[in-house]
Amino acid sequence: MNTPPPLCLTEARIICPETGHDATANLMIENRRITGLGDAPPPSHAEIISCKGHVLAPGLVDAGVFRADARACRTGGITRVVLMPDGSPPLDDPALVAFARGTGKPDVWVHPLVAATQGLAGEELAELGLAREAGAVGVATGRSAISSAAVMHRLLSYARSFDLTVVTHSEEPSLTKNAVATEGEYATRLGLPAAPAYAEALAIARDIRLAEATGARLHFRQVTTAEGLALVRAARARGLDITAGITPAHWLLNETAVAGFRSFARLSPPLRVEEDRQSVLEAIADGTITIISSGHDPQSQDAKRQPFADAAPGMAGAETLLALSLSLVREGQMSLIQMLAALSLAPARRFGLPGGSLAPGQPADILVFDENAPWRIAPERFAGHANTPFDSLPVAGDVRLTIKGGERLWQA
Amino acid sequence: MPWEIRFLLDEAALWVDYNRARSRDDHRLAGLTMINAFFENSTRTLLSFEIAGKRLGADVVNLGVAGSSVKKGETLLDTALTLNAMRPDVIVIRHGSSGAVQLIAEKLDCPVINAGDGRHEHPTQALLDALTIRRRKGRIQGLNVAICGDILHSRVARSNFHLLAALGAQVRAVAPATLMPQGIERLGVQPFTDMEAGLDGADVVMMLRLQTERMAGAFVPSTREYYRFFGLTEARLARAAPDVLVMHPGPMNRGVEIESAIADDIVRSAVSEQVEMGVAVRMACLDILTRRRRAVPGWPS
Repeated sequence: MNTPPPLCLTEARIICPETGHDATANLMIENRRITGLGDAPPPSHAEIISCKGHVLAPGLVDAGVFRADARACRTGGITRVVLMPDGSPPLDDPALVAFARGTGKPDVWVHPLVAATQGLAGEELAELGLAREAGAVGVATGRSAISSAAVMHRLLSYARSFDLTVVTHSEEPSLTKNAVATEGEYATRLGLPAAPAYAEALAIARDIRLAEATGARLHFRQVTTAEGLALVRAARARGLDITAGITPAHWLLNETAVAGFRSFARLSPPLRVEEDRQSVLEAIADGTITIISSGHDPQSQDAKRQPFADAAPGMAGAETLLALSLSLVREGQMSLIQMLAALSLAPARRFGLPGGSLAPGQPADILVFDENAPWRIAPERFAGHANTPFDSLPVAGDVRLTIKGGERLWQA
Repeated sequence: MPWEIRFLLDEAALWVDYNRARSRDDHRLAGLTMINAFFENSTRTLLSFEIAGKRLGADVVNLGVAGSSVKKGETLLDTALTLNAMRPDVIVIRHGSSGAVQLIAEKLDCPVINAGDGRHEHPTQALLDALTIRRRKGRIQGLNVAICGDILHSRVARSNFHLLAALGAQVRAVAPATLMPQGIERLGVQPFTDMEAGLDGADVVMMLRLQTERMAGAFVPSTREYYRFFGLTEARLARAAPDVLVMHPGPMNRGVEIESAIADDIVRSAVSEQVEMGVAVRMACLDILTRRRRAVPGWPS
């Protein structure tokens, strides 16, 4: 492919989570890389894009999507995704991992996680070393945790020797089997199969102990309860290499969103009580949760238009990630630069990826957005399946320009 | 709303007398099509609805799960749309998933009666239970009602919690801890895991069926252990009020949740009466829900 022409993005409020830069400036892009950031006037050979009044930041790095949806990423300002291995077939083989890497071209960089076990069955380890050579940036247990402590122990020690971050789902599987809601008044009223919220803490406590024993790097993709977050907070304070992530649904919604058996609110883990939602907000503010991701897992209409317990869990999230995350800035949980770090720099570092930085020499993966532009979440804004519990919610903050590898992919 | 419940119970009471009469020639639902769409197996409830419909003169069609396209992979909503296209006048639905009846009802243009959805609700059962209690006790307000057994999986229990509480009864839930749902106090119900304590002074004891697939080691260790601690025996029933009324939605597992002699005691047991009330309550529901369709004066569309 031809090298795109040099670009100069002018007069943007440029925020770089890595260097801490937050000021109006011009950004120069040449040969698919960032070449300069400052007050210098645009060179005559560059195409100029005025970004006046907009924020310019590194493209978002979405850690833990179930589908690398090129169009959704483009409109959502996401330039890199870390892909979960739960495809059909699961990414449990080096060849599948290598293939998955190419699936986003040319719109989005796809960094696959290799399935921890063959067929994600939680029994025999997959070829983690070969998968890393094929491009896997980490290991994941998939949509559920590994039941057997012995297998998890083996996985963590083995992954440690290959320097791979292990991404795990935090729910004790024997408790959450068949459950579709959090145990409590709400699930009891609706008559939904439910599991106790502490199924999360049980899984996290076990995995923290195993990570401590093996020295493995562990990332809990979503931690959604006060108890689970307290365990992560304590483990991080002890200096363990443990991180926690979250998706917008768990800081914006509580279990009451499933009222009327609304299957769009069927998520995994299920929505929690209000107290837990508040704890998630605190954990975001105090840095216990460092990574924000979309958990993009769109489901077809057929999979969602079912009785609640029969519907597939998951929601489309890539298109709304930025706008929903900006609510944290407006509500004072974090500053804009901290939010952008949680959406780019932190996940990039966790998985050893480029991104999250606007320093010269970095790949030109850029997001330009209008922090205050209002819009309403509606199906026509979605690239594919539009199932989201935030349907028809008014939000503020809209992507204006997505550049990946110096190439303008999307412009509003 | 309590007044709506009372209105329906009053109507049902009239149908009880009608059903007992020698001649039954009120075919007010003649020419109307009623579909019983049962996506989960049922004998009693289906039969009860079918008789209720036929007795009012409706053309009753039963759709059982065995012969349905659901088995052939058709989605639930496609089935709903298909049913709707046949222009029924009233549909009765039972489904194994909580919320399924509501989901289907949103696609239907006719009145829908929930004949049980998952663990969620079984409203006509609660209504027939209320009618039975009211006839036997003369009131519901202020009675102590103990609902005993597999509360966790029971839609009958949930519907009764709502209905009895709305009519002013004090409701208790008696179950082994493994079959007691969390947060039940928030439904205005007092939980007991000790059956003797739960039965103490009860005016009505409502037993629930223990499903066999839930017994073997999963939720309770064995049927004999269950019977030992949660079976309704003569000795245990002595803790209840002297004029206690014993109820069971059926079918009963004799010797598992209830002692045979109690089930057969025509003074204390209302089990057969419940079945009779079931037909009357369902006739009342069918009548009231089709009044608009039949342009009955006072029921404008």
